[in-house]
Amino acid sequence: MIFGLPAISIAIWLPIIFGILVLATGDDRNAGLARVLAMVGSLLGFLVTIPLYTGFVRDTSEMQFVELHDWITRFNIHYNLGVDGISVLFILLTAFFTPIVVLAGWKVIEKRVAQYMASFLIMSGIMIGVFASLDAVLFYVFWEAMLIPMFLIIGVWGGHNRVYAAVKFFLYTLLGSLLMLVALIYLYNQSGGSFAILEFHRVALPMTAQILIFVAFFFAFAVKVPMFPVHTWLPDAHVEAPTGGSVILAAIMLKVGAYGFIRFSMPIVPDASHKLAGVMIALSLIAVVYIGLVALTQTDMKKLVAYSSISHMGFVTLGLFIFNAYGIEGGLLQMISHGFVSGALFLCIGVLYDRMHSRNIADYGGVVNSMPVFAAFFMLFAMANSGLPGTSGFVGEFMVILGAVKANFWYAFAAASTLIFGAAYTLWMYKRVIFGAVANAHVGKLTDLTLRETVIFTILAVTVLGMGLYPLPFSEIMHVSVNDLLVHVARSKLP
Amino acid sequence: MDLMTKLMPAGAEIFLLIMACVILIADLLIKQHSRMVTFLLVQLTLLGCSLITVGTHINGVTYAFGNMFVDDLMSDVLKLLTYLSVAMMLVYSRQYLTVRGLFSGEFMVLALFAMLGMMVMISANHFLTLYLGLELLSLSLYAMVALQRDSAIATEAAMKYFILGALASGLLLYGMSMLYGATGSLELSAVSSAILSGEANQTLVVFGLAFVVSGLAFKLGVVPFHMWVPDVYQGAPTAMTMLIGSAPKLAAFAFASRILVEGLQPLVQHWSGMLAILAIASMAIGNITAIAQTNLKRMLAYSTIAHMGFMLLGLLSGGIEGYGSAMFYAVIYVLMSLGAFGMIMLLSREGFEADTLSDFKGLAQRSPWLAFLMLLLMFSMAGVPPTVGFYAKFSVLNSVVQAGHIWLAIIAVLFSLIGAFYYLRIVKLMYFDVPESHTPIVFGQDTVLLISVNGLGVLLLGLLPGSLMSVCAVSVQQSLLLH
Repeated sequence: MIFGLPAISIAIWLPIIFGILVLATGDDRNAGLARVLAMVGSLLGFLVTIPLYTGFVRDTSEMQFVELHDWITRFNIHYNLGVDGISVLFILLTAFFTPIVVLAGWKVIEKRVAQYMASFLIMSGIMIGVFASLDAVLFYVFWEAMLIPMFLIIGVWGGHNRVYAAVKFFLYTLLGSLLMLVALIYLYNQSGGSFAILEFHRVALPMTAQILIFVAFFFAFAVKVPMFPVHTWLPDAHVEAPTGGSVILAAIMLKVGAYGFIRFSMPIVPDASHKLAGVMIALSLIAVVYIGLVALTQTDMKKLVAYSSISHMGFVTLGLFIFNAYGIEGGLLQMISHGFVSGALFLCIGVLYDRMHSRNIADYGGVVNSMPVFAAFFMLFAMANSGLPGTSGFVGEFMVILGAVKANFWYAFAAASTLIFGAAYTLWMYKRVIFGAVANAHVGKLTDLTLRETVIFTILAVTVLGMGLYPLPFSEIMHVSVNDLLVHVARSKLP
Repeated sequence: MDLMTKLMPAGAEIFLLIMACVILIADLLIKQHSRMVTFLLVQLTLLGCSLITVGTHINGVTYAFGNMFVDDLMSDVLKLLTYLSVAMMLVYSRQYLTVRGLFSGEFMVLALFAMLGMMVMISANHFLTLYLGLELLSLSLYAMVALQRDSAIATEAAMKYFILGALASGLLLYGMSMLYGATGSLELSAVSSAILSGEANQTLVVFGLAFVVSGLAFKLGVVPFHMWVPDVYQGAPTAMTMLIGSAPKLAAFAFASRILVEGLQPLVQHWSGMLAILAIASMAIGNITAIAQTNLKRMLAYSTIAHMGFMLLGLLSGGIEGYGSAMFYAVIYVLMSLGAFGMIMLLSREGFEADTLSDFKGLAQRSPWLAFLMLLLMFSMAGVPPTVGFYAKFSVLNSVVQAGHIWLAIIAVLFSLIGAFYYLRIVKLMYFDVPESHTPIVFGQDTVLLISVNGLGVLLLGLLPGSLMSVCAVSVQQSLLLH
């Protein structure tokens, strides 16, 4: 509660209400109104999340700003919201990106503007709901509801093969979620009739049950992260999604999976998590190394960044499952940084695509000649993606590697290879697109960034550099919660 | 006075019967162009029935006609929902039937008789009452399907429905006669206690049970007794399909729970196994076959088969959780199916049935609002939150897990995933494809209002499903589990 107002509820429902208002503006004759309304809604949506950060008490791992109301009394389900040091950052990240995607789609989206803007606003509210839910059913409702707007965004405003990508995205993620639902219901019955997530943290479970629950959660969360080998939906979805869709997918939606591991898998089934940590680490390292190599061979820029996302998220899951403070905090910082960096990279590709209608690396070359300002911004984000010190990308990667050295030298060795592969595929792409001789007449005639685009990239550039040079505001807030998580995970729950 | 109190539990049925006869005669005097009068009379009758049902409600269970008829909370709730869904069906289909020359007194009177049959089924406490209600319902429906005399496909559907329905009734009756032979009674509780006492011949009882369950499966339309469902759904005029696919599912739930839970509870370990096989087969065949359909009505028929399979999971899990969730599932299914068929009728016009999948192409561009409502209905059928379909699935899964059948729950969710694909395809057609025709959609204000309430209801109930869930649980608790 802030000033007696339910801060989290406002953060969830304000964008959703604005989304409905935007929808009500009707067809494209009122597109201008829809855009303005969406911008106002998303900015307000971001502003109302700021008190969650400033008012957050840093020295406790308790849930804060808690809201608790009866919802479905029949099953003891509550409308229960709250944030700890881990989830608060993701709520801010979500709210931060909504105005950016609204702005990014300002001119580019010309058909069904109101529906496009409304989808992003509604999705923003739903994703904040995912991060803030403390009741498993509430979480599940938000978790699944997320699929509907994303499905429409990919399918309506996407590229040529959008329908295939949208359906693949939906069914892939639904499969995982449904198995999680069975696990949640099982936990409800084991916990004596409670769906409170924090209650689940306390339920004693035998090893077999823990492993089965872990597997069910794994399907739900690993698909979202996405981890090798259930990652194949992501390149398709990214390539076909409109720029805004790709940004939200990469910046927020992938984080939901890793957040699930932190909130559900690790504390609810700690023994199974330890037992299967080897598998998780192996899959993470495969993602880091193998997917990194796959990214090298891509000819489509969006696909390349999509594979780079999978590789970076491999880093995150590696950090989580080595069970030490460096690893987990590093993983969390990596998630946030990757949100900014991958979001920015997709926006960069969007800028090129809007002008050239091609994502093929081969169609470009010498872009620096016609778009020098753009080239500078792109350079910064490419460097951040390869983990250059001084950018946000470095902090998380460095901490995860540090944590991995503590766990096992060879984990760290394999993980560190990402610094080479990451630099290789990002910078090589950068070189082919930006430098060299002007590839064709179209490239020569490109116009540099507009004011609107410059604003977007400046905000992101400041954030990326700021987080790289001074990561303390991000790390201090999660510190106590991460330590508490480690205590939880270390305690056996076998009966 | 004494007679009046005795007849009180069946007040609504008696009123309905009288009114149906009155309307049948009054309709002879009404000219075709003022058929609205009949329509309003029917709606008033439904309103009257609801008032009587609410007015005569007493806490607890009352019996009438020598224990053949029971009035309890479950029957009242289900009857009220039946009135509501029949009333909705009539509003949805008025325009559709008018342009096809089927908006006649016969249609409405038959609908009332079908509803009387459902009410008798819902309140039956005796094998013969159950059978009587079932036959009244079925015969009215056969006639309604055949009402479009000049349509070959409708006539074919009616014949199939009639022949297979008669076969099912035969199976049911055969099973009942065996149970009668073994237990010496046709009253549900007497049958139950006779089996419990161990005096009844076990082999004969189980043999009878198998026939009863088969007959039941026929009527519910679950695999392997589902063959009639797709043909009838597709062949019948959409208004009739809507009637067949909606309210009778409530009656069928009551029918199944009265026979199996009140009458044959002692044989639970026999019938729950049978139901498990029926449920899995229905979810499998229903969901997989639906993918291959190009006709929406046929697709919805297979989806019904799958949904009924899911509902059986609740029944076989037992307890308040199980029966309550099955009832909730049936209620929600009726709500969704009314909306889906309502949409087909809304998009139809003279000489054109909007019943193939391609008719839904690009609906989002022709009418964003209708497309949005259909999207809600489809996601609800697929069981995606925040629509109410999710809670229906959720409560059934919860009861299945609670009964310890986790593997059944996993099978159920996997088939739901397959099911999600074809519902998703409708959304895909509406939103991602371009329209094939640009004929403006003509609709009456009343239908649009109703479908808006129907579609938004799916969403609102999804946000606040608690009270309806509790109503189902309480009525099951006060009715089925008293014995």
